[in-house]
Amino acid sequence: MIFALKGKSLFNSLIDRIQHVGAATIHSFQRLGHASVFLLEVIASCTSLLTRPLLLVKQLHSVGVQTLIIIVVAGLFVGMVMALQSYYALIDFGAEDSVGVMVALSLMRELGPVITALLFAGRAGSALTAEIGLMKATEQLSGMEMMAVNPMQRIVAPRFLAGVISMPLLATIFSAVGIIGAYLVAVELLGLDSGAFWSQPQNKVDLYLDLYNGIIKSLVFGIVATWIAVFEGYDCIPTSEGLGQATTRTVVHSSLAILFLDFVLTALMFTK
Amino acid sequence: MTSRKIEILVGLFVAAAMAAFFMLAMNVSNMSSYNGGEKYELTARFDNIGGLKVRSPVAAGGVRIGRVTDIQYNSDTYEAIVSIAIDEQYNKFPIDTAASILTSGLLGEQFIGFEPGAEEEFLKQGDVIDLTQSALVLEQIIGQFLYSKADEE
Repeated sequence: MIFALKGKSLFNSLIDRIQHVGAATIHSFQRLGHASVFLLEVIASCTSLLTRPLLLVKQLHSVGVQTLIIIVVAGLFVGMVMALQSYYALIDFGAEDSVGVMVALSLMRELGPVITALLFAGRAGSALTAEIGLMKATEQLSGMEMMAVNPMQRIVAPRFLAGVISMPLLATIFSAVGIIGAYLVAVELLGLDSGAFWSQPQNKVDLYLDLYNGIIKSLVFGIVATWIAVFEGYDCIPTSEGLGQATTRTVVHSSLAILFLDFVLTALMFTK
Repeated sequence: MTSRKIEILVGLFVAAAMAAFFMLAMNVSNMSSYNGGEKYELTARFDNIGGLKVRSPVAAGGVRIGRVTDIQYNSDTYEAIVSIAIDEQYNKFPIDTAASILTSGLLGEQFIGFEPGAEEEFLKQGDVIDLTQSALVLEQIIGQFLYSKADEE
C-alpha cells in the first residue's frame, strides 16, 4: 500500500482497480450467459419426463409437499397480523369493515406470491442446490454420464419442473390460508361482521386482475428461484467450501431476483 | 417412503391447491357476480364524472345490475363518455331512464344509479342515455355555500 502511494504511482493502482471492476463485470456476464444456456438445456430436457413421470412426482413431494407446512403456518400468521394491523389503522376512519378487502388484495397481489417465493427459496431452493452440488462433489453426476445416463434429464429437469409447478400451488394455498387467518382474527377475535368481511372483497377483488395476475407472478418467481437453485448446484465448485458458497448464493440471489421482479411485474400489471 | 405414499401426498397437495384456488375465486373474488356474462352495452354522457372508475358498479334501486366498462373524454363536446355493460336479464329499462352519479355513504365509492322513466320503448344494445346527472363535487358545493354565506352578510 505504501509502495503504491509512494512511488510506483497512483496511476497504476487506479488501473488495477479498473481492471478488477472489468474482470468482475465480464465474469458475471459470463455466468449469466452460462445460466441462460443451462436454462434452455433444462427446458429441452423436460420433455424426457413424459416417459418417466415418477421422477417428477418424487420431486414434487420433496419440493412441494415438504414446503407446505411452513407455507401454511406462515400464511396463517401473516393473515392474522395483517388483519390486526389494518384493523387498528382503519378503525380511526370508521372503515374497519374494509379489513377483509385490504387483507385479500394485499395477499393475492403481493404478499402471497412474494413471501411464498422467499420461503420457497430458503426451504426448497437451498436444498436443491445442496443436493445437486453434493452429487457433483461426490462425482455422482460424472458417474451417471459414464453410464450414458444424462444427468440433465435424470436429475436437473425433474427438480426444475417440480419447482415451477409447486410455486403457484403453494402461493395459492398461502393466500387462501392467510385470508382464513384474517377471518379468524377480524370476525372471531375483533368482532367484525362476517357478512361485510366477505362481501367487500367480492365487490373489489377481480378474478382476472388480482387472482390470475398473482398466479402469473408466482409462476415467474417459481421459474426464477428454481432456475437459480439448480444452476448454482450444477455449477458449484465441487468442494465443501464451494458448496456452502453456492447454497448461500442461491438464497441471496433468488431473494433479490424475486423482490426486483416483483417490482417489475407489479409495474407492468397494476399501473395504467 | 413407498412411491404409493408419495403419490398420495402429492395428490393431496394438488387437491389442496385446487381447493384454495376455488375458495379464492368463489368466496373472495367477484367471480360469483359474473353470472353467465350475457350483457348489453349502453353509453352515457356526463359533464363531470367525479371519482367514477372503470369497473364501478351500476345500480338500480340499490341493486347492482352492471358495471362501467370504459371511460373516455370527448374533447369536441367537452363531455365524459361512459360505457356501461348491463346484465341481459335487466333489459326492460325505458329509453327515458335517467343515469346519475351517486356516492355510497359520505366518503364511499361512486357508482351510477338508474332511475327508470315511463316510455314504452326499452333501452337496447348501443343506445345512448340522454338524461344524466353529473357527480356532486364536494369542493364546489362547499365553495357555493361559503359564497352564498358571504353574500348574506
